[in-house]
Amino acid sequence: MKLLLKGGRVVDPASNRDGEFDMLIDDGRVAKIGKALSADGAEVLALQSGWIIAPGLIDIHVHLREPGQEHKETVATGTASAVAGGFTGVACMPNTDPINDHPGITELILKKAEAAGLARVYPIGAVSIGSRGEQLSELAAQKAAGCVAFTDDGRPVANALLMRRALEYAGMLGIPVVDHCEDPALKGDGVAHEGFVAARLGLRGIPGVAESIMVERDIALAEMTGGAFHVAHMSARQSIRAVRAAKERGLTHVTCEVAPHHFVLTDESLETPIRYDTNVKMNPPLREAADRDAMLDGIADGTVDVIATDHAPHHADEKLVEFDRAPFGIVGLETCVPLVFDRLVHAGRIGVKRAVELLSVNPARVFRLPGGSLAEGSVADVTILAPDTRVSIRAAQLRSKSKNTPFDGWELRGAVAATIVGGRVVYRNYDETR
Amino acid sequence: MLKSRHLLGIADLEPDEIGLILDTADAMTEIAARPIKKVPTLRGRTVVNLFFEPSTRTRTSFEVAEKRLSADTLSIAIAQSSVTKGETLLDTVRNLEAMAPDMIVMRHASSGAPYLLARLCRSAIINAGDGMHEHPTQALLDAFTIREHKKRLDGLKIAIVGDLLHSRVLRSNVQLLNKMGAAVWACAPATLMPTDLARFGVRPTTSIDEAVEGADVIMMLRIQHERMHGHFIPSTREYFTTFGLTPARAARAKPDVIIMHPGPMNRGVEIDSDVADGPFSVILEQVANGVAVRMAVLYLLAGHEAQAD
Repeated sequence: MKLLLKGGRVVDPASNRDGEFDMLIDDGRVAKIGKALSADGAEVLALQSGWIIAPGLIDIHVHLREPGQEHKETVATGTASAVAGGFTGVACMPNTDPINDHPGITELILKKAEAAGLARVYPIGAVSIGSRGEQLSELAAQKAAGCVAFTDDGRPVANALLMRRALEYAGMLGIPVVDHCEDPALKGDGVAHEGFVAARLGLRGIPGVAESIMVERDIALAEMTGGAFHVAHMSARQSIRAVRAAKERGLTHVTCEVAPHHFVLTDESLETPIRYDTNVKMNPPLREAADRDAMLDGIADGTVDVIATDHAPHHADEKLVEFDRAPFGIVGLETCVPLVFDRLVHAGRIGVKRAVELLSVNPARVFRLPGGSLAEGSVADVTILAPDTRVSIRAAQLRSKSKNTPFDGWELRGAVAATIVGGRVVYRNYDETR
Repeated sequence: MLKSRHLLGIADLEPDEIGLILDTADAMTEIAARPIKKVPTLRGRTVVNLFFEPSTRTRTSFEVAEKRLSADTLSIAIAQSSVTKGETLLDTVRNLEAMAPDMIVMRHASSGAPYLLARLCRSAIINAGDGMHEHPTQALLDAFTIREHKKRLDGLKIAIVGDLLHSRVLRSNVQLLNKMGAAVWACAPATLMPTDLARFGVRPTTSIDEAVEGADVIMMLRIQHERMHGHFIPSTREYFTTFGLTPARAARAKPDVIIMHPGPMNRGVEIDSDVADGPFSVILEQVANGVAVRMAVLYLLAGHEAQAD
């Protein structure tokens, strides 16, 4: 089976290619990239001028909710949402029910992903059994089953000794440890960023330092152990500063990610347009303008390695409650590309190449995944982007089983035209993007 | 006429609306002086008092106000702990709404809960206190009490002292007093100050002496005994010696100072009994005025409903 992508701009930072080329895909791999390739029996996908052929986007922070919380999302609906958002691969968090601390669960997720046949799914295993922070999970067994990283996401690894051992042990396996950096005592029962807006609204605060103090601790442990450490969903300006300093010291095994909502929104969203909207409740919380600006700076100057969505589906009933009782989190897979293009690329903060690095090259590098490259011979995971197409975000139309997004009704410039996994077109949005 | 059909917070009120409520409350005080303390204004209207937090003063005050206006009233107290998950708030209210009440007065431990109802329910919502956010009728009755004594609000120095961080009374009062031109000094230990307190439009201080110096009004806020558990204060004893209102401290204020407290009071913690029961205290007047102010709010919102019909 052959597929010819005709026209379009190939942006492949891994091979330093950026220009107008055709791409021939054969047997699930990139067969040839060149000017005016002939179809020669291949199915032709004619791209519009200005469309971008990028290595498949990879979201390394996704909650697929299966097993155990299938009312929020399943592997099937989550990967449908992923490919609609342009992601050819997602790494899924272990805070399922039960927690993914066992190869049996990893295997179950991989089986469901194969059955769904959409995006590639890379399970992340729990650092500790039950993510309780008491005893290491069997990390080598989890690696053998297919886990690509370890984390107790949803919870921080509170115990510094456990974090040290995890970094040492996972480092031995060549696998990164991802921490949801948060000091539990400083977070307390906070529900929003500790700033003037939360103070005015009478919402209990979570200070930025609750995050950065843990980022600093983990950087120190990563430096000591040599184990790869990745900061999940960074939100505080102090954390950016800490990671920047670590990188300046040459700690290449310290990496970090930022979610789109943290470089787009601030805590002002708690008041407008809807006061106490539970769809702006997430952890870490939306912080103030100075923090949002620090995320933008970090994205532009290279401190931030990865944009990851922290796609966190919750059922509408769970969100339709008092603010402090609502669960943390929003869906993000299908709003990421429009937000990245509208707010970063078209806003002149980064170029297309850097966007592709943040969404594809670096996620693959940080989690040591196949992909992130369109070199001839590599697996044909490809995302076709229509950077100038206007999209209207409609929560009700999301493929995700859950619709908890604060971006409902937003008009943005930048769309996904098609998603190709292993040479197969798994999502196509031509009609809407024409 | 009030612009909104709900009373969710002082934040939504214009100064002229506040003036209207206070003037209407003036007229309502006259009813309490009659031998038959009842007018037919809200006859045939149903008001539900929905209290998710224990409350004696506010709940009974609303009940008395409703009865004096001849409304049919129904009071429901629902014990709700953070662990037990029963029916959702929205379901509870929608079930009540099936019985077609006109207004719902709600007290709830979650900040913002009345906004959820106002957005998704049919009834007019009166906020009787939501978490740490607002307690608008308390601020209105406080303003009414101050106005009775001082004949004005603008230009007064008002000291608010106590647990500012957790206080909805503070948040409502500061907004109201700012809108009406008073100068507010807010005093608390550093651990019990909200973030960016100065941006609330107050003069923050950790010295009660400075706060009450030359004040026209001293408003004391309650310190909950369990506050030591969040490491906010070392002990209630130390709190009293450092921040408690004693006769000596009260003497720094203007000679005609009035001393207020929204209740419930912790004697010997935030306020000395000699002050609470002394000649400058208007604490019981506040309670009496609460009825008149709530009658005014109910009356004005009911008028809103009538207009809408």
